[in-house]
Amino acid sequence: MMRLADVFRYSLQAMLGHRGRTLLILLAMAIGVAAVVVLTALGEGARLYVLKQFTTLGSHLVIVLPGRSETSGGPPPMLGETPRDLTLDDALALYQSHAVGKVAPVVIGSAPVSWQAREREVLVLGTTAEMEQVRQLELARGKFINIDDPHRGAAVCVIGHTLRKELFGNQQALGQWLRIGERRFRVIGELAQQGHSLGTDIGDLIIIPVASAQALFNTESLFRILIQAKGRDSITAAMQAAEAIISKRHDGENDITVITQDSILATFDRIFTALTFAVAAIAAISLAVAGILIMNVMLIAISQRTAEIGLLKALGAPDMEIMLLFIAEAGLLSLCGGLAGLGLGMGGNFLLDQAFADFSITAPAWASLGGLSIALLTGILFGYLPAKRAAHLKPVEALTRRR
Amino acid sequence: MIELAGINRNFEVGEETVHALRDININIGAGEYISIMGPSGSGKSTLLNILGLLDQPNSGDYRFNDQTINQLADEEQAKVRREHIGFVFQFFHLIPRLSAADNVALPLTLAGIAPEIRNQKAEAAMQALGIAERAQHRPDQLSGGQRQRVAIARAMITEPQLILADEPTGNLDRASGVDVVEALEALNHKGITLIIVTHDPELGQRARRRLKMEDGKIIGDNGP
Repeated sequence: MMRLADVFRYSLQAMLGHRGRTLLILLAMAIGVAAVVVLTALGEGARLYVLKQFTTLGSHLVIVLPGRSETSGGPPPMLGETPRDLTLDDALALYQSHAVGKVAPVVIGSAPVSWQAREREVLVLGTTAEMEQVRQLELARGKFINIDDPHRGAAVCVIGHTLRKELFGNQQALGQWLRIGERRFRVIGELAQQGHSLGTDIGDLIIIPVASAQALFNTESLFRILIQAKGRDSITAAMQAAEAIISKRHDGENDITVITQDSILATFDRIFTALTFAVAAIAAISLAVAGILIMNVMLIAISQRTAEIGLLKALGAPDMEIMLLFIAEAGLLSLCGGLAGLGLGMGGNFLLDQAFADFSITAPAWASLGGLSIALLTGILFGYLPAKRAAHLKPVEALTRRR
Repeated sequence: MIELAGINRNFEVGEETVHALRDININIGAGEYISIMGPSGSGKSTLLNILGLLDQPNSGDYRFNDQTINQLADEEQAKVRREHIGFVFQFFHLIPRLSAADNVALPLTLAGIAPEIRNQKAEAAMQALGIAERAQHRPDQLSGGQRQRVAIARAMITEPQLILADEPTGNLDRASGVDVVEALEALNHKGITLIIVTHDPELGQRARRRLKMEDGKIIGDNGP
């Protein structure tokens, strides 16, 4: 039997001997593989982008909302029942659970904020010092609100990046007194520019102590409670504890809704993974098309090289060896095309990555490897039929065709 | 060495059946030099193809070294061709993208012989045929005579017992034709059985044993 090194040398010489044909196949394969690599990179980039958006909200987050959004079944209650509000004491009671790491109560309202002659309607967020860590807020200057007793208000505030620019322009904001509604607050901190974080614009908001917000909006109730579980493992325990503790405080009524950051995250993760696979599958179709092209070109090659096949037979090459030669040629062609496509795709990803700064575009390893092996596989698969035809040519018929 | 008994070969051409070979019986000994002559369509090429195991008879026995070989499987027949038979064709059948040396070494490459050994043998064969200095040229850079000598070098590199030549000078001018025939005859002098199919009476006369064919039958044979 022929040596493997000789098989590859022979196939390589055949490839170099028919440049036009070789380039055509390489191009088709390269486009197919590059499509797989680039499209999966885009899908993966979108997935990572969304995940990143969510994780900037804070990790291991459990959110407690007042009211129950799902029906519990059974007959409706005899007496009309309205859900009880969440209170600051409800929030603080959550610390009873070991699964709960940090609790940040939230009161939200909208109020005019003014400094000197400038006024702006802004989202006012009343919360406690824990918020800084729960939402992973970064400060550009100053410090976050930090009051020992959440029940006590204080006339201090932390302002968002956009609000700072709108109210103060280029002037110093730290230490200034501004006005929210009819009350005066001193600016003690400025949030760093963190951009949009799904839903709320962190730039255009003002943060004050929760008790001050309750007084400002004249309410006892909380908009929601954010809980940071101690770790990923204690998220479920924290959810159960929140329901148990608050229902106990609400006379046994389970009148809150608890959702997790991770459940939303997991859903998006699944959607985008499915999307990436779908796009990769579509791109893989182009590889199949390239495979069919390989088959056609190999069939043409065999009719062009009938005399050569006859000669190989006359020189004593068994059918198996002739098949091996043609399959090796098809495999080598698709491998080279695949490698070229990989290079092309990675180059394309690099350019896209440069063009979209906050959108990371790199093909996952499975896509590169998968694209390459599918290319090789289609080459060999579609090379099989022509190779078989070559092997079964009758030597005398193959030889009598003149060249 | 070779015994053909009752060999028939028919081709279907449209509705008609053409009898290319009719009941051929012949014995060929080791070291013989035979020419096969006859008009076009007389079956001489078909006979050569059957001798070379490139074609199968419809009926009859082909015994080679006391073994019936026309019933063997493809792989076995390939082995007989590889080990015992060398071919020289009218149209050379060199592979255009390979150098002369690689063309000469091709049978050994296909048989999986190590590069050092086959290069050495190819060089010796080309030396013997006076084309050693053309070793690295590709076929399209060689003259017709040189190409045919490359083909002869390729046929002899496996040290076969039998060389079959189908119109080996058919595409050459007279001078190179004589060179090529002399090269083939030199192989015969070393004991290799040589069978040449030719149109050329002058070439045919050089063989010790001359077969004449017509209508698929041997009508003249000056041999035993």
